[in-house]
Amino acid sequence: MGAAIAGLWLAATAAAAAAGFEDTMAQRLRACTGCHGADGRAASDGYHPRIAGKPAGYLYRQLRAFRDGQRRYALMGTLLAPLDDAYLREIAAHFATLELPYPPPAPAPARADAATLRRGAQLARDGDPARQIPACTSCHGNQLTGAGDDLPGLLGLPVDYLNAQLGAWRTGARQAAAPDCMAQIARQLSAEEVSALAHWLAAQPVPGTPRPAAPAGPLPLRCGGLDGAK
Amino acid sequence: MKRLFAALALLLVAAAAALAWLNLRGDPPADVAAGAAPADEAALRERGAYLARAGNCQDCHTPRGGLPYSGGRGIPTPFGTVYSSNLTPDPQAGLGAWTALDFRRALHNGRSRDGRMLYPAFPYDATTRISEADADALFAYLRSLPAVARPNRPHALRFPYDTQLALAVWRALYFRPGRFVPDAAQPAAWNRGAYLVQGLGHCAACHAERNALGASRDPLGLGGGLMPLQNWLAPALTGRSASADRLAALLKDGVAEGAALLGPMAEVVLHSTQHLQPADLQAMAVYLQSLPAAADPPAAGKPPGAAQRARGEKLYETHCADCHGAQGQGVPGAYLPLAGNPGALQDPPANPVQVVLGGAFAASTAGHPRPFGMPPFATELSDEEIAAVLSYVRDAWGNRAGAVQALDVQRWRGSVRP
Repeated sequence: MGAAIAGLWLAATAAAAAAGFEDTMAQRLRACTGCHGADGRAASDGYHPRIAGKPAGYLYRQLRAFRDGQRRYALMGTLLAPLDDAYLREIAAHFATLELPYPPPAPAPARADAATLRRGAQLARDGDPARQIPACTSCHGNQLTGAGDDLPGLLGLPVDYLNAQLGAWRTGARQAAAPDCMAQIARQLSAEEVSALAHWLAAQPVPGTPRPAAPAGPLPLRCGGLDGAK
Repeated sequence: MKRLFAALALLLVAAAAALAWLNLRGDPPADVAAGAAPADEAALRERGAYLARAGNCQDCHTPRGGLPYSGGRGIPTPFGTVYSSNLTPDPQAGLGAWTALDFRRALHNGRSRDGRMLYPAFPYDATTRISEADADALFAYLRSLPAVARPNRPHALRFPYDTQLALAVWRALYFRPGRFVPDAAQPAAWNRGAYLVQGLGHCAACHAERNALGASRDPLGLGGGLMPLQNWLAPALTGRSASADRLAALLKDGVAEGAALLGPMAEVVLHSTQHLQPADLQAMAVYLQSLPAAADPPAAGKPPGAAQRARGEKLYETHCADCHGAQGQGVPGAYLPLAGNPGALQDPPANPVQVVLGGAFAASTAGHPRPFGMPPFATELSDEEIAAVLSYVRDAWGNRAGAVQALDVQRWRGSVRP
């Protein structure tokens, strides 16, 4: 009798826990949303980037790069270590299909003056042809909301994250398969230009439908990560 | 005086001879007909591929994200970093110039083709138990891989560990070559399991405590131990109460009802054990289950103080109860129960600390392809908070394990993942 009651009690508590529980990808990926914010729409800590709505191919390559050590962030590397490619692809697809409104951009911090922002805008829209630096828009979409399955949007990201990523491309801490087009571009930028770009990008409002644009045709540079990595 | 010198010199010569003998014994005789062309080369390679999976050789011998078996993966040890070697058949960088006999000597006696002694980060105290036939199958498989011309990277070890003399002394002290000898009193499955666990599986590389010189205290004991630098507790595999079926299921799927293999062992499941034949997993489980418990389990620590426990309970309600349940009951098939979960109650509490710091997924396996994940709390909770919440978990719902100290969490933060 005692055992039967204990059994009933256990069943009852399991049902109670299961009340808010859903057998879904979103439930499985609460491991991610702890840092990347509810539904992957970016956290308030000003660093962890938004992952919702980024192109699936891009997200998949980043997940693999973290797991396999080409992109280094200890928490990501450790967490993803026991996952196979098939599951990483499903995780990428899950976050890519989320369409969530963006919050308005944070007001530009005081450390970015008008001249800095102008320089950032100019680099993002026109690049610097004399130094073979293409405009951000030539690959990442006219509205910088990404393009196709591979090129991520650059808007709605925290300034510290943008700064850290451009800086990491510049120093080689972040790498993609050769020829590493983003590394080639970032190595041409000065520290001031990296900062100008990060501040300008972070200050831009996100357009109403922030879906990635159709692929823009041939890229200005060859990018190794985009042939055959999938 | 002269006589003293002569005696000393004689002693040195004797010591050198003993050292040499202790290191050379077990070398296969040079005239052995190793790797005589087998009837079916393809079947041999296929068996070698399976055995390599069982040994998880690829994991250490592949650089992260690099070409399989091309070596160069850094294995951090308390003595410096050992870099794994290129096992592809490249004639210069890999095993292209090796014979099956050279390969047997490496597995069985921890020596390279040129006679150089190898570092025991390569677990030759385990691979010495592999049969000659299996060694030849492994070699045939490695010979069939695409050659990669990636030169081996020199180890970065501190003096004196970087010398062959230190290695010779270490081997004389701790390394005993010898093939696996079946126990005629035991059933075939037990013997197969023992062969896999002690040899290819090299379970003792993690599940046996190491001494100050990095040698397993008891290479066959599997009494568990804290993995150096990684700071995960590889628990004792002795005295297990779980059934052999449940152990085999854990190795196959990475999860079983109310249990999951996490951390470094989840990677072993992903790369190795999930690919093994059910009969081999069952055999390993039968053998492991037969091992008697250690004589003296570690004494339980002190329960938490009232303030730490209350703080932990609040944190549990905020961060944990959603998934693990208000009574620590978990959600079957998704989230582990914490009430009565032996993994949460181990001492030292390294694994629960690692899971809270770094989050966790079980391995994605054919039987369990979409594991539910837990987020990392390293950036969200302080050392004191993690100690408090774990102390509460280890003292609630009938759990009776000692409190976790903030100092433990601080010590295990920033552990190395090879």
